[in-house]
Amino acid sequence: MISTLMRSIRQYRKLSILAPVLVTVEVAIETFIPFIMGNIIDKGLMKSNLDYTIHYGLLLLLMAIASLICGAGASWTAAHAGAGFATNLRHDLFYHIQEFSFANIDRFSGSSLVTRLTTDITNVQNAYQMIIRIAVRAPMMLIFSIIMAFNVSSQLASIFAILIPILTVILVVILHFGRPLFRKVFKRYDNLNRVVRENVRGIRVVKTYVRENEEINKFKTSSKGIADVFTKAQRIMSLNGPAMQLVINSSLLLLSWFGAKMIVGGTFQTGQLVSMYSYSNSILFSINILAMIFTQLSISQASGDRIVEVLNEQSTITNPNQPIEDVTDGSIEFQDVNYNFADSSHPILNHINLKINSGEVIGIIGETGSSKSTLVQLIPRLYDATHGKVLVAGHNVRHYDLKALRDNVAMVLQDSVLFSGTIAENLRWGNAEATDDQVIRAAKIAQADGFINEFDQGYDTYIEQGGNNVSGGQQQRLTIARALLKNPKILILDDSTSAVDTNTEQHIRQGLREDLPETTKIIISQRIVSIQDADQIIVMDHGQIQDIGTHDDLVKRNQMYREIYEYQQKAGDEN
Amino acid sequence: MDAKMTSKTKTKRSTTLIRLLKFVIGTYKAPFILSVVAIIVSAAAAVEGSLFLQRLIDDYIVPLTKQQTPDFTPLLRAILVMGGIYLIGVIGTLIFTQTMAILGQRLQKKIRDDMFTHMQSLPIIYFDQNDYGDIMSRYTNDVDTLMQMISQSIPQFLNSTFMLVFVISGMISLSPILTLVTLVIFLLSIGIVRALTTRSSHYFKEQQKQLGRVNGYVEEMLNGLKVVKVFSHEPAVKKDFDQYNDVYQYDSAKANAYATMLFPIMGNIGNVLYVLIAIFGGIVAINGWSTLSLGAIAAFLQLSRSFSQPISQISQQLNSIVLALAGAERIFQLQDSPVEVDDGQVTIVPASDGTGNNWNWQVPQDDGTVKQVPVRGRIVFDHVNFGYLPGQTVLHDINVTVEPGEKVALVGQTGAGKTTISSMLNRFYEINSGTITYDGIDIRNIRKDDLRHSMSIVLQATNLFSTSIRENIRYGRLTATDEAVEQAAELAHADEFITDLSQGYETKIDGDGSDLSQGQRQLLAIARANIADTPLMILDEATSSIDTRTERLVQAGMDNLMKGRTTFVIAHRLSTIANSDLILVIDHGHIIEQGNHDQLIAKHGEYYQLYTGKKSLS
Repeated sequence: MISTLMRSIRQYRKLSILAPVLVTVEVAIETFIPFIMGNIIDKGLMKSNLDYTIHYGLLLLLMAIASLICGAGASWTAAHAGAGFATNLRHDLFYHIQEFSFANIDRFSGSSLVTRLTTDITNVQNAYQMIIRIAVRAPMMLIFSIIMAFNVSSQLASIFAILIPILTVILVVILHFGRPLFRKVFKRYDNLNRVVRENVRGIRVVKTYVRENEEINKFKTSSKGIADVFTKAQRIMSLNGPAMQLVINSSLLLLSWFGAKMIVGGTFQTGQLVSMYSYSNSILFSINILAMIFTQLSISQASGDRIVEVLNEQSTITNPNQPIEDVTDGSIEFQDVNYNFADSSHPILNHINLKINSGEVIGIIGETGSSKSTLVQLIPRLYDATHGKVLVAGHNVRHYDLKALRDNVAMVLQDSVLFSGTIAENLRWGNAEATDDQVIRAAKIAQADGFINEFDQGYDTYIEQGGNNVSGGQQQRLTIARALLKNPKILILDDSTSAVDTNTEQHIRQGLREDLPETTKIIISQRIVSIQDADQIIVMDHGQIQDIGTHDDLVKRNQMYREIYEYQQKAGDEN
Repeated sequence: MDAKMTSKTKTKRSTTLIRLLKFVIGTYKAPFILSVVAIIVSAAAAVEGSLFLQRLIDDYIVPLTKQQTPDFTPLLRAILVMGGIYLIGVIGTLIFTQTMAILGQRLQKKIRDDMFTHMQSLPIIYFDQNDYGDIMSRYTNDVDTLMQMISQSIPQFLNSTFMLVFVISGMISLSPILTLVTLVIFLLSIGIVRALTTRSSHYFKEQQKQLGRVNGYVEEMLNGLKVVKVFSHEPAVKKDFDQYNDVYQYDSAKANAYATMLFPIMGNIGNVLYVLIAIFGGIVAINGWSTLSLGAIAAFLQLSRSFSQPISQISQQLNSIVLALAGAERIFQLQDSPVEVDDGQVTIVPASDGTGNNWNWQVPQDDGTVKQVPVRGRIVFDHVNFGYLPGQTVLHDINVTVEPGEKVALVGQTGAGKTTISSMLNRFYEINSGTITYDGIDIRNIRKDDLRHSMSIVLQATNLFSTSIRENIRYGRLTATDEAVEQAAELAHADEFITDLSQGYETKIDGDGSDLSQGQRQLLAIARANIADTPLMILDEATSSIDTRTERLVQAGMDNLMKGRTTFVIAHRLSTIANSDLILVIDHGHIIEQGNHDQLIAKHGEYYQLYTGKKSLS
């Protein structure tokens, strides 16, 4: 994990080295201060030597200022190194995600990727900042202070040989019992979140069935679940404070008793005792901070793992060597194609054989789950066939340059996603260089020009994130127009007119036929009326082509097709 | 304007703080007082410990060095006494940290439970107006920061404040002159702390803002990632992302730099103070300007060590207290939201008079008797007007009469007001004027729970709960037997897919997860409504996600179910409502046509246009 993450340090390597260096200098100076202070007391104050006092006093002042500058500098460099590293990491992660194929995307939910790019990276950033500064500072402080303490009096310093292990054991025990409880608390929080979320989302159901009291009981059970474990966890963790106090105080008393005896015996001096007090504090606090760092880092580790998981995800679809740049026509062929998800042997598509001539209109119908969408998504290589070949214009799709292939195979997905920006900007996703006339022409074919002109701002109307300010039918027409601007050889509409009324839909189909006669058009629909004039209609059932034929053929010979047709006929025109 | 605003938020904050303290102290008076006492004891013991150094040196070590045969008994006694004081301090810390840990958790549970209980009685409009993520974060983030404040920030703040007071008084008792030096440094450090914290909090705010932008952009682009790929738009998206990312980096680096610089600066100011005290104290003592003993200087040095820490503690804790108060405000805001109005007296009871109907309304009369009215399902809207917000009208003069057992269909464009009309029936919202009667009784006179017990609703957005499929269906009637659950599922044609699952009815489902298809979830919601077996049903786009073939099967079961019940149906597919007794065509909150299918077709009006596909519903 660490080496993968470290690749993102790059230009912040210098800052990342400077911070621990500065911190080490700071600590070195800082630990020297009590030593000189002891000397000032013993040689200056005790002996009423004013010169010595002022001389070394000024030295101390300089040292304190130097240590301040180093300390502040370390913070500054560590913060900048951390933020820089995080920015690189976010950059790397985002770029990596952009290379994902649909199969990769399906493995991670959008919201989980967002969390990784924000919260998780922030956690790693904090950890990194900690590693190059505090995680250097605390052990350095510990080591320097121990050295200095032994330097002042190895006899007295032997007290630490007893106290350090005791404190370490106490902290380890606290962490050992406390940390698993915290992990448990997080799980119980998930549970509480779920109860609230389902309640708030389903509040109409709750109120309809008058289940408020049952919901309250459910909630109280889960809030009690948190309180029980959390109380235990908090109580254990808050033993840390008094335990530290106990050890530090014991150390002070021991130092006082033995120190006093040594001073009286003439082998030790008062100023040295005062400096020992300082070292005692530094040593014991450093151990506490080490324990804290340990806890913090183990929290960030989970975040690091989640980031690396995405970084290590290899894109299943990459550009071939020496790719074909030109798609010469809109013919398509499936040769014994199978598709199954990576972790399953159960085929989603089963032995698909299909030939489509350039310029044909193809209809696809079938129940939800019959893999209609998967079938067409193999054409622009959004997924790769597990077995068999998909050919476009006579070449295997795997041999094309990805951009060239996808520019020529325009796909309107089932979910009509628009982006925040004006209508014109959204449409130009299809072709950034399109002239206004081209944009309007595409909108006209998609029957979108009419309603766009009804907006006050026309083509400059701003689409909000998620496209909530245009209706479902309007969104669908905009996404069709966007795809048309690519001027594709193959156009695929995946149930993209479900929210458009039949009349308008008919105009769209007519426009496509007249304005894009050369383009192969594949239309997936639930409504037979949308596809009945297609050159070939494919009936999909459980991942297989159950039948292919014209509308008239299918009504005559295919029972499933006929049933759907009759039901929809009886129902009148849908919508 | 700005000054006015800040003073306003300040008074709001202090009222929130007072209310909060009242709540904490009122609920847990004894433990709270115990904690405060323990905090004072612990702070006093800590300062006493530092002062001990002076006595150790001046009263014991210096005299002992002058004795021929040193007698260590008084020193031992003094150290034991000090040990006792330390121990009391440790016990004080132990008591307040433990009490606060327990108290914090109890409070946390109480606040959460109170909030949730209150939320259950809030009207639907509250849920319409508040983003659900926002409501959720009150239960977690806001309660958490609040508890952090009560169990950690406030005790530490008090501890540091007492500590500071004790340290300063200890210093004054040792040497007023050195105290003066200290106070000068004190002012200097306050200035530095303030300068650093204002800078860091400015950048932290900017950082949050930029993080929001990064978040928004990433969210939009990742959710539309498939479209990005289809259009080969990756390079443009990457470029945009880098811009957001770079701006964020600037603020993040600055925020963290200023925030983390506080500690080394404060720590080293402590060192500067330490040195100044030594030099200054030395000059004073050596020149004999004041009776400053060596012990006093040593003790003073020790005190100065515990001087800078409380200052940075106080400023830090103040920040988190302010942060937590913002959360507390949001919690109180939820708890202060007015609950649903319910003045109804009429209740519903199972009928036992053998007349064939299952339920009776119990209508209290003025003379104290109770009249039994059979529940039949006759609904009358009489000049009903309604708006979600004051001054707004969404429904205009709705007049409808529905006879018992009729099937009523509501047809119209998205946003025309179909769902709104149906939501008036169970009083999810209160109408502005007019009346709605149920079997001749004004629904406002019916107790809300009883009114709702008389009807079941299947909504387009199916909300299920994370438990077994069986329990999800049983949600409609808690006393239903297992057989009844399975029958209800069969009627909804849900049993086919349920029995296909390896665990059948015991399969645990995820309330909002994707382990079931939207169509399957709708089938479960229909089964849940089936089992409730109510005299009135509302089906709001109940079959919109079910494919044509299954819908046809479900429809038969539904028609069966609707027999003898008054049913309101909102449907996208007109095919499912052609057999209704009454069709209401709604447009912009008005009923523009009503009648049955044949009447409306003959009329050649709006319904005709829709039915023949000349106009669209979306």
